[in-house]
Amino acid sequence: MMPLNIGVIAMQGAFREHCRMVVRCGAQAQAVRRAPAPDDAPLQGLDRFDGLIIPGGESTVIGKMLAESGLLSAVAACGRQGMPIYGSCAGMILLCDEIEGPGGDLLDQPRLGLLRARVRRNAFGRQKESFVSHIPVKGVAEDMEAVFIRAPAITAVGKEVEVLAETCVCGVTLPSAIRQGRLLATSFHPELTEDTRFHAFFLSLCQDYARQKAAA
Amino acid sequence: MDGNDMKVKAGLAEMLKGGVIMDVVNPEQAAIAQEAGACAVMALERVPSDIRKAGGVARMADPAIVKSIMSAVSIPVMAKVRIGHITEARILEHLGVDYIDESEVLTPADNRFHLNKRAYRVPFVCGARDLGEALRRLGEGAAMIRTKGEPGTGNVIEAVKHMRMVSEQIRQLCALPEEEVPGFAKEIGAPLDQALAVREHGRLPVVNFAAGGVSTPADAALMMQLGCDGVFVGSGIFKSSNPAKFAKAIVAAVTHYDDPEILAEVSEGLGDPMPGLDIASIAPAERMQERGW
Repeated sequence: MMPLNIGVIAMQGAFREHCRMVVRCGAQAQAVRRAPAPDDAPLQGLDRFDGLIIPGGESTVIGKMLAESGLLSAVAACGRQGMPIYGSCAGMILLCDEIEGPGGDLLDQPRLGLLRARVRRNAFGRQKESFVSHIPVKGVAEDMEAVFIRAPAITAVGKEVEVLAETCVCGVTLPSAIRQGRLLATSFHPELTEDTRFHAFFLSLCQDYARQKAAA
Repeated sequence: MDGNDMKVKAGLAEMLKGGVIMDVVNPEQAAIAQEAGACAVMALERVPSDIRKAGGVARMADPAIVKSIMSAVSIPVMAKVRIGHITEARILEHLGVDYIDESEVLTPADNRFHLNKRAYRVPFVCGARDLGEALRRLGEGAAMIRTKGEPGTGNVIEAVKHMRMVSEQIRQLCALPEEEVPGFAKEIGAPLDQALAVREHGRLPVVNFAAGGVSTPADAALMMQLGCDGVFVGSGIFKSSNPAKFAKAIVAAVTHYDDPEILAEVSEGLGDPMPGLDIASIAPAERMQERGW
């Protein structure tokens, strides 16, 4: 069987680290800055991939650049068709359908809006509140090393969303990893650690999707 | 410093990669920078070209300016302290800035020592002209490096020189037999453990941005071609004739640095970049890159 081919959105942020993790798990990774086939609506050639990753970085920057390149609608279309997509940190923000500021005010910034969830940017505070902890992630590991950097957290979810991990924010416990079908999002950055288990879990969803695509 | 501390400090720099950090002097400029796609802003009282013109002693910005910029944008905010100024650093850390630049753009406060950056919760970025300087800063606890270039000149030649120098010395170090590493480290003034770490990984262990003279989209893309992870633009944006357009073009140029079609498109009709300075016209004693030890 061909190795899985994962597209990593490479507008800005820690995309190289995600590529490294994907390759370590035995799949191929390709950095995506432009639509592979811009005239091929609505997926613009992204259907060559078995899954997509949206890295950490600045959500405003990645969102704007996705919108300007026309990839925002193509990535959203892939997600709606069932392609697995994983977003870490800024990627989590872009996947959610409601984005709020640290104070709870709704923000208007480009997004994919695929996850029925409300996400709070910088939920834990600014950089000096960044931290590392070890947390259980349902179905993945009991002790994931989780690096939170100016991290977001989920403040509300729709009934289709499953909470995989939770983290305490100022005395309140909020979801820090969620799943909706083949869509995954984490507040933290497995790509900054040596722990490949979360990426392996995502690739298992990509494997199912690839099989389903091959059968169709 | 424990490993987790360095993980979150260097980790934020990883998240800034492929992005542009823009100098701003007020909340209005900060909002323009964010709207144009800056991945962070540097809050200052004056941009480097104005510091150069004004002369005298350049210090940390007024905390009121830093606070007003922090509340104007959602992206990370950085600010500069004088080399070795322990107290300015504590003040900025207290304000909650996301990164501190211990910067040669300001007048140094200590003629012998840089800050012990391990002693702070906030991460630091420092300038370097060569590998030895970069590794001395990492030894002191910096979590991100940038080229020094020659700030406020709009002339990219010094940033190119510094980036090429660091890359060349990393290649030299990696090619040496192990017994020659201590001698090489001594020669370039680098802590031996840092030199060994670079040799093991074949690269600097932290993110390395370009800074000091980047003023056009093509300059920014050039620095990315040379292997930088991202770009600081100081005077280049708000001293150009159309800051919003310049800022947006530089952001696109950093992402698409190896895509001449997009680079040509974003470079078109930008108006005048900031006025530039020939490095030879600046007396060696006036060169900001000479500051730092």
